[in-house]
Amino acid sequence: MSKGGNRNLSLIIAVIAIGLIYSIRLFYLQVIDTSYVEFANANSKKILTIHPNRGLIYDRHNKLIAFNDNFYDLSISYPFSLKNFDTIGFCNILNISKENFIERLKKAEKTVYKGSATFYKNLEYYKYAALQERMYEFGKFYIEIKTDRMYKTNSGAHVLGYIGEISKKQLEKQNEDGYYSKGDFIGLAGLEKYYEKDLRGIKGEEVILVDSRGRQQGSYLKGKFDKTPVSGKKVTTTLDLMLQEYASKLMQNKAGSVVAIEPSTGEILTLVSSPAYKPEALTIRNKKLNYGKLLNDPTLPLYNRAVTAAYPPGSVFKLLNGLIGLEEEVIYPETTFPCYRGYSIANLHVNCHPHPQNLDLRGAVANSCNAYFCNTFKEIIENPKYKNTRDAYIHWRNFMLQFGLDNKLGSDINFESEGNIPTPEFYDKMHNNRWGFTRIISLSIGQGEILITPLQMANVISAIANRGYYYTPHCIKKIDDKNAIPVKFKTKHKINIKKEHFEVVVEGMKQTLINGTAARTGIEGIEICGKTGTVQNPHGKNHAVFMCFAPKDNPKIAIACIVENAGYGATWAAPIATLMIEKYLKRDTVSSKPEMEERILKAYLLKTPKSKDSVEKKNELEREEINNQKTDTSKRKTTKTNFKNVALITEKLALNKNERKKNN
Amino acid sequence: MKEKKIIDTATFDWTIIVIYAIMVLFGWFNIYSASWNESAGSIFDLSKNYGKQFLFICISAFIAIFWMFLDYKLFNIFSYTVYFLLIALVISVFVIGKEVAGNKNWIAIGSFNLQPAEFAKYGVSLALAKFLGTPDARLSDKFTFRISVLIFLLPMILILLQKDTGSALVFLSFFLVLYREGLSGVWFIIALCSVIIFVLTLYFGNIWVSGVFAAIALLFYIFSSRKKYLTIPVLLITLAVTGFSSSINLIMDHVLKEHQKKRILVTFGLLEDLKKEGYNVHQSKIAIGSGGLLGKGYLQGTQTKLRYVPEQHTDFIFCTIGEEWGWVGSMTIIILFVVLISRVYYLAERQKNRFNRIFAYCVASILFFHFTINIGMAIGLVPVIGIPLPFFSYGGSSLIGFTILLFTLIRLDSTRSTEMSTLKDMY
Ligand SMILES: [Zn+2]
Repeated sequence: MSKGGNRNLSLIIAVIAIGLIYSIRLFYLQVIDTSYVEFANANSKKILTIHPNRGLIYDRHNKLIAFNDNFYDLSISYPFSLKNFDTIGFCNILNISKENFIERLKKAEKTVYKGSATFYKNLEYYKYAALQERMYEFGKFYIEIKTDRMYKTNSGAHVLGYIGEISKKQLEKQNEDGYYSKGDFIGLAGLEKYYEKDLRGIKGEEVILVDSRGRQQGSYLKGKFDKTPVSGKKVTTTLDLMLQEYASKLMQNKAGSVVAIEPSTGEILTLVSSPAYKPEALTIRNKKLNYGKLLNDPTLPLYNRAVTAAYPPGSVFKLLNGLIGLEEEVIYPETTFPCYRGYSIANLHVNCHPHPQNLDLRGAVANSCNAYFCNTFKEIIENPKYKNTRDAYIHWRNFMLQFGLDNKLGSDINFESEGNIPTPEFYDKMHNNRWGFTRIISLSIGQGEILITPLQMANVISAIANRGYYYTPHCIKKIDDKNAIPVKFKTKHKINIKKEHFEVVVEGMKQTLINGTAARTGIEGIEICGKTGTVQNPHGKNHAVFMCFAPKDNPKIAIACIVENAGYGATWAAPIATLMIEKYLKRDTVSSKPEMEERILKAYLLKTPKSKDSVEKKNELEREEINNQKTDTSKRKTTKTNFKNVALITEKLALNKNERKKNN
Repeated sequence: MKEKKIIDTATFDWTIIVIYAIMVLFGWFNIYSASWNESAGSIFDLSKNYGKQFLFICISAFIAIFWMFLDYKLFNIFSYTVYFLLIALVISVFVIGKEVAGNKNWIAIGSFNLQPAEFAKYGVSLALAKFLGTPDARLSDKFTFRISVLIFLLPMILILLQKDTGSALVFLSFFLVLYREGLSGVWFIIALCSVIIFVLTLYFGNIWVSGVFAAIALLFYIFSSRKKYLTIPVLLITLAVTGFSSSINLIMDHVLKEHQKKRILVTFGLLEDLKKEGYNVHQSKIAIGSGGLLGKGYLQGTQTKLRYVPEQHTDFIFCTIGEEWGWVGSMTIIILFVVLISRVYYLAERQKNRFNRIFAYCVASILFFHFTINIGMAIGLVPVIGIPLPFFSYGGSSLIGFTILLFTLIRLDSTRSTEMSTLKDMY
């Protein structure tokens, strides 16, 4: 028995030993090794993202511009085990064939991301409703609610921009805060892009349980760990929707831009680039259909001329030369220069149109006398105050820079161009270090190598309206009902020209609309100050330019308008600007100049190529021009203003400039 | 005679009865939890596993009470009869068996499935107790040894043929009974050494294992002072080890089935197969491991509830316990089993009647085997062998089978004060 007793004891010890081993093992699994908790979470918990509503966009009078619209994507979670799946019923609801079903499944399998893939994009509402009822049967599938943009207006697409699915590149490079994941929407252009961080909101989360077959099994701990999404901030723009739409209408069937700014604040009231497209053309759902078309349209509707295209300003530039002349004390308000149907120096002759003689500065502005401003510019450039012409030019150029030229203004509209005010080095190189007034005489009347964007033009007129300062033009008025707009839009940029000099020029501008170049375009009851411009253009008719502000005292609106290949500034650009002023200041009233309004509305000034051939010919021509520039920059006479290569040229000039800066 | 008929409840071993009751009820709650979801109804819902388990518990309770009042002599008298009847039942599976997942080991009775293998253990226990319980039976006698082994080898082979490897392996636990009754411990040492060599070979390959062992044997031989006597044994042992080690690859590749081989490799961490053969254990470990110290709370387990662990209400019921009750709950179960099995071993030794003692050893050894394998596999220490956790796993056959085993023992144990007189009646 004692042997049996020992063996009995050894068996009991064996039982206890196993118990002990298992206890230790369990202690290790359950208490020490925490990796199993993570495994369990990865296993069974799925975090569903709830996308917040994108912030709404309003105009300055709190009129809704952009809002949200839901649409439905049908997604499937991976792995796609579809045992006992009612394929026929499912296909019937979606109205697709079984082959299509399999095809879609295969396609989805290739695009699985974070455990799921889109199976059917942009589900029709009735299919969504039918599916929703039977969703529990189709466990592997789920409906993702996505939000698209919708617009209350057909205007302003260039300012508003558009949203779209985030690209792979953006996911890698623009995701410092890790906010985005594949398939998310992001502002890709315009204000949607610039104020993306305000508009996007904060994503919410719903923690749900998923069983071993990937079926959703309700929320985890009754939503204890869920996060409610926070809607994007309300963005109030400075746009005046009524004016914006009116300007779009006036600009229809014309190529060009109008930019209207409230001078006292730098707020952009209207920004139109024409030809344009409707904002709704590039919503998430419509983009696929329209983007290619718009991209290949020869009238370039996607191109935002208002900030990207740069033109020689033409006569409107005379205002600046006049102001600089006064400030440099090379002329006085009463100074007169003779006009012999133009201005002659050496073997050069600059033509002038017929106008009264013995004009002082005010009269010269009103009548846009070329001779007067050639003389003025000569005085500026040959000012004995400076040691040489080059030095005087540098000082003149510095004034131009103070007006925000030759630089991006830094507004919140994307794709701004710098424009160009040539550096002295540029002329050194061009003229072999031997240049003087005669070489740059065209700058006196706004022709030549200078380039200014419509936005810069509007900013210049805004600065003149303010008599010597400006705020960086911007489209943002309020973010979420707080006036917290970026500081740079609240910083005053002062121009070192005395206020009284501005008053003289402004007086001339006032006369422009009374008895000057734009005498017939004035609006009764409003003191408008303006300046016409007609820009020579080797590719066809002249560009019509007009800039103005009103009222003369305490200005409320400043406008720059350019209509490509239209003809005289007074004929085409001035009416558009003055009609807009009337609309803005008198609000909603019928125009006092219905014939003028009708003439503008009916005008068709688009230079649309008739056939494919002509498009190709045009492209060829442009290519040639660009090549010419490459080979010999000095041969360039007039800057090309054809809209397509304007950007290219600006870019090229900027490049040259940078190079020069480096060399220096 | 009349006095004997009155059964004194004080003679029952209440420790075991209480542990049994706790285990069965706790098991039932956990089956409910394992099958629970938001829309689960009453725990008594007979269309569900937990409802059926309740029914099995009622039947078991009835049987338990009935057994406690049964004439204890009947167990002894009918032991062979019961044994052969149950063997016949096992054989009948070949004829009327129902195939479930490729294994033919069920007999359908109405909507219930009967698993004869779960009852065969009872028959073997009775028969073995009867056979070895005769006063002159000695295991040292070759004939006695062979018959004893045959008693449990017969059903084991039959069940193996029905591809129910797990249930068949349980019969190996009777070797523990033989050990107690005089089987040399050397066999267990050899078995243990085989396992060690097996594992070492899996890790290091047969060449290393054979080489290192041969080297050790050589060193031992060189430094031994009695070379004369040791030459042959050392040579033989070295040969045996080398031969066994070398044959392991053959066994793995040709004797075991692919999934069995994989399960073994997974257990020893030599194969990462989380999708198929390793899936169960991996998920089981996740469920248990995520339970933490105190568990996620009753009905709060996510892994089991979301069906990440297969067979969570039967063979992997321990996962639910581990996940929802944590280490504290798991430890409670371990302690209950350790106490129960030790208690049965302890009871066995205090029996004065050999039949009772051997039967008790059978009960303890079967429970020990089930406990070790089932929990061991759930925590990844033992290869996956599909056998239930006694009293916890869902299943009528298993619960009723274990109830009968345990309560036969309780009935037998309750008679130990009167056994001397009964012995006289018997023989
Ligand atoms: Zn003139």
